[in-house]
Amino acid sequence: MYDLTIIGAGPAGITAAVYAARKKLNTLVITKNIGGWAATSSEVGNYPSYQFISGPELAKKFEEHLKSFDLDLREGEEAISVEKINNIFKVKTKKQEYESKTVIIANGRTPRELNIPGEKEFKNKGITYCATCDAPLFAGKDVAVIGGGNSALDAVIQLMKIAKKIYLINLTDKFIGELVRLDKARNSEKVEILENTETKEIIGDKFVSQMKALKEGKEKILDVQGVFIEIGSVPTIIDVKTQDGNLKLNKGNEITVDQYCKTNIPGLFAAGDVTDVPYKQIIIAAGQGSIATLSAFDYLSKIK
Amino acid sequence: MSKIIVYSTPTCPWCHALKDFLKEKNIEFEEIDISKDQEKAKEMIDKSGQMGVPQIEINDKMIVGFDKEAIEKELENV
Repeated sequence: MYDLTIIGAGPAGITAAVYAARKKLNTLVITKNIGGWAATSSEVGNYPSYQFISGPELAKKFEEHLKSFDLDLREGEEAISVEKINNIFKVKTKKQEYESKTVIIANGRTPRELNIPGEKEFKNKGITYCATCDAPLFAGKDVAVIGGGNSALDAVIQLMKIAKKIYLINLTDKFIGELVRLDKARNSEKVEILENTETKEIIGDKFVSQMKALKEGKEKILDVQGVFIEIGSVPTIIDVKTQDGNLKLNKGNEITVDQYCKTNIPGLFAAGDVTDVPYKQIIIAAGQGSIATLSAFDYLSKIK
Repeated sequence: MSKIIVYSTPTCPWCHALKDFLKEKNIEFEEIDISKDQEKAKEMIDKSGQMGVPQIEINDKMIVGFDKEAIEKELENV
């Protein structure tokens, strides 16, 4: 039985693990990947000790630090549920089940989906959620970018150099992204902005060839070969069943934690972007990771 | 032994992670930057039916994304 199981290895999970290792807790880390969303940032300029570092480089540094300790690390494994029975936590993955006295959930956030017909079928077949990764695949093509925030505008700006025509599709007429970025998009002849437009369906055969949208009540069919969905993120969902009732979430499905990173379930802690902490930042996630482990350590010393 | 090919773009974080992973294991591979080579990009899409990077070709099999488990399994058969 483990003292502590940490789910996720982004900045929160890794910091939690570092603290756990230094407290000599018998620790298990279960994670799909190392680095989390931080690894996908193009540049990080607000993490002290690095004036400038790219997301992948920072993730690499986190990984080296994590692996310098003797921890049980299960990489490439995804935790799907946590159960608490007789004061013991059972953490299930697709492969097996682990038992632990405490758990920290630090599995971050997941790209938000549109939940419209065609979205699942055409994922990686014209639909992408990572413009920085996949934009070059759409050279000379007509594409649509869905969203109104900075990530959507960044996708448009990137595609201006590559694609033939870019539709920027926003649900309202308000763009929450920076004005500087929006102006760049507005000033490009390649970009057509469709405001008050709802994306209804993605259509194609083997790959995306069209999308259906609704602009102010009128149906519009756009011929596009690529659809970039950049509509933010949602907390990663994990199924939690406990003897003490349901895990408390806020309206946005974020895990509610107190200043000790305690959830409403004794022995279950949460840290980082999956929680209701204001401001989703690498350094805040890391800070919460350390709080969560120190709280778990206190909890363990009381039950022993 | 058939060649291992990594299809990538320069700005894709998981492409970097995938290449680091192979380098750590001392596995030789050929890298194709599909942002510079549209022919090869088309070839990749034809082979896998998938438009996304990274993709890795091992033993003529295409694996989409940095799927460590699938990649490790396939490397055992190299």
